Amino acid sequence: MMTIFDFEKPINELESAIAELRQLAAEKGLDRSREIAELEAQRERLLRQIFAHLRPWDKVLLARHPKRPYALDYIRLMCESFLELHGDRLGYDDPAIVGGLAKLGGYKLMIVGQQKGRDLKERQKRNFAMAKPEGYRKAMRLFRLAEKFRLPVLTLVDTPAADPGVESESRGVSEAIAQSMLTMFELTVPTVAVILGEGGSGGAIALAAANRVLMLEHAIYSVIPPEGCAAILYRDPNKAPQAADALKLTADNALELGLVDVVVPEPLGAAHRDPQTTALSVRAAVLQQYEELSKWTPDALREQRYQRFRAMGVYETTR
Amino acid sequence: MQRRVAVQASAEQWVQCAKCKKILFAPDFERAMRVCPHCGHHHRLRARERIQITVDPDSFQETDAELRSTDPLQFPDYADKLRKGVAASGETEAILTGTATLGGYEIVIGAMDFGFMGGSMGSVVGEKVARCFERGAERRLPVILFCASGGARMQEGLLSLMQMAKTTAAVGKLQRAGMPYIAVFTDPTMAGVLASFASLADVILAEPGALVGFAGQRVAAQASVGKPPANFQTAEFQHEHGMVDLIVPRKQLRPTLTYLLEMFLPVEAHAR
Repeated sequence: MMTIFDFEKPINELESAIAELRQLAAEKGLDRSREIAELEAQRERLLRQIFAHLRPWDKVLLARHPKRPYALDYIRLMCESFLELHGDRLGYDDPAIVGGLAKLGGYKLMIVGQQKGRDLKERQKRNFAMAKPEGYRKAMRLFRLAEKFRLPVLTLVDTPAADPGVESESRGVSEAIAQSMLTMFELTVPTVAVILGEGGSGGAIALAAANRVLMLEHAIYSVIPPEGCAAILYRDPNKAPQAADALKLTADNALELGLVDVVVPEPLGAAHRDPQTTALSVRAAVLQQYEELSKWTPDALREQRYQRFRAMGVYETTR
Repeated sequence: MQRRVAVQASAEQWVQCAKCKKILFAPDFERAMRVCPHCGHHHRLRARERIQITVDPDSFQETDAELRSTDPLQFPDYADKLRKGVAASGETEAILTGTATLGGYEIVIGAMDFGFMGGSMGSVVGEKVARCFERGAERRLPVILFCASGGARMQEGLLSLMQMAKTTAAVGKLQRAGMPYIAVFTDPTMAGVLASFASLADVILAEPGALVGFAGQRVAAQASVGKPPANFQTAEFQHEHGMVDLIVPRKQLRPTLTYLLEMFLPVEAHAR
């Protein structure tokens, strides 16, 4: 399956033309390099033009792009090694959340992330990265393991929401989300969260109560999906683009509000056009955080995390 | 027919049960703390009524009443909704907090008001809840919170999502101080409130029939194989699944809370 969004269409048309020309040149043994170079320059100009004027809704589509790199892609591209660990030790192993022990630029880390699926079968298996209570309980188990062996924690957030189904409700999905946040707040090792794609409400914040929160340039972070917001606000889920404007869900918005610390730039045309470069940018940004945080005492780490979130909120005090 | 006439004759004297639709004599209904004498349905209470029927007479002292929501995102209709919330609830925000005594024990108490924008949690609610836990930790007082909320306040966007983290962190502070926290789930206790400070209490009580759940019923049904059970997302459902300690009828709440305070606190904590 290949989804092309409206704003990407002219780019994809050019890319097909370039590919066709290349194939033709190779088959016939002709030199078409000047034409190809011209088309590529055109493609670059077009990309710059389009990406300079993205609306919040375009970012929603980019954050959900089926070719966007996912947590395991980043782990593969930026870590020297990774050993995945499984299970919540309470009866389940939720494939929507992956976690394990990684080496990254001289650091030994515990990584926990939400994982979407690439094809239909994997999407179903991973429940579209909508974690069930057991996913958050697996995360908590791994956080505690990290604490025990003094491993810094990296969380990779990419979920539309926590799983809302009957099964999840029966096993206490709300309690699992709350406990996951609380467990993160109690850690005394450095913690960094990266919002990779969709930072979907409670399902996302459950893994994002960290010392530092980074966000990719075209990721979104929101209290409610724009479709849900539109259904309430305009009684019409098709007005999701307007709701996306109102919700201020882009990385720039989150940075302005002081709710994320760093926006990690994506390559021209977004992460899916160059996963390798994106992963290296994430790696560099994450390492920079650990370099600073690793100088702090355990108590200072916990206290900074408390104060970081404690300060969030906008209100007035009347006399 | 006769009933309808009675209602029209002196509307303020008669009310109708929201569930069984029986007509009730208003003074009796109020004396029964808005529980229907026929079907037992627990009607919602204003935050101030809730605190009044819970704490020792004249012991409530409101805190943080000076906090007001702003409209940081310039969200459509938010300013108007805030004004309507004040008018509908008689409160300045969706939670009323303070200190009081209950059965002679000094406590920090908060009650959410569903009448104020569905009890939704924005910056002010998050701030007042966090201050309850911090006050409890500093003054070594137990915290009792009555939850009544549809969840996070959409109109404050990501700021409201962050209140889930903020209030959760504050629960941690109270836990480290070793002070008890008791939550009472009243109708409804949902979504962002349930998935943060509400679910982290040492003991969780719920009123009979209260709606308690994570996602909206329609969303939950769509995401599930088969039909949700008849009592899905009720207090009773959550009790069956181990998420609620006890279902407590309204008139039993005060004695139950007093008993819990007595169990968790040293004898010296009781006012002489």
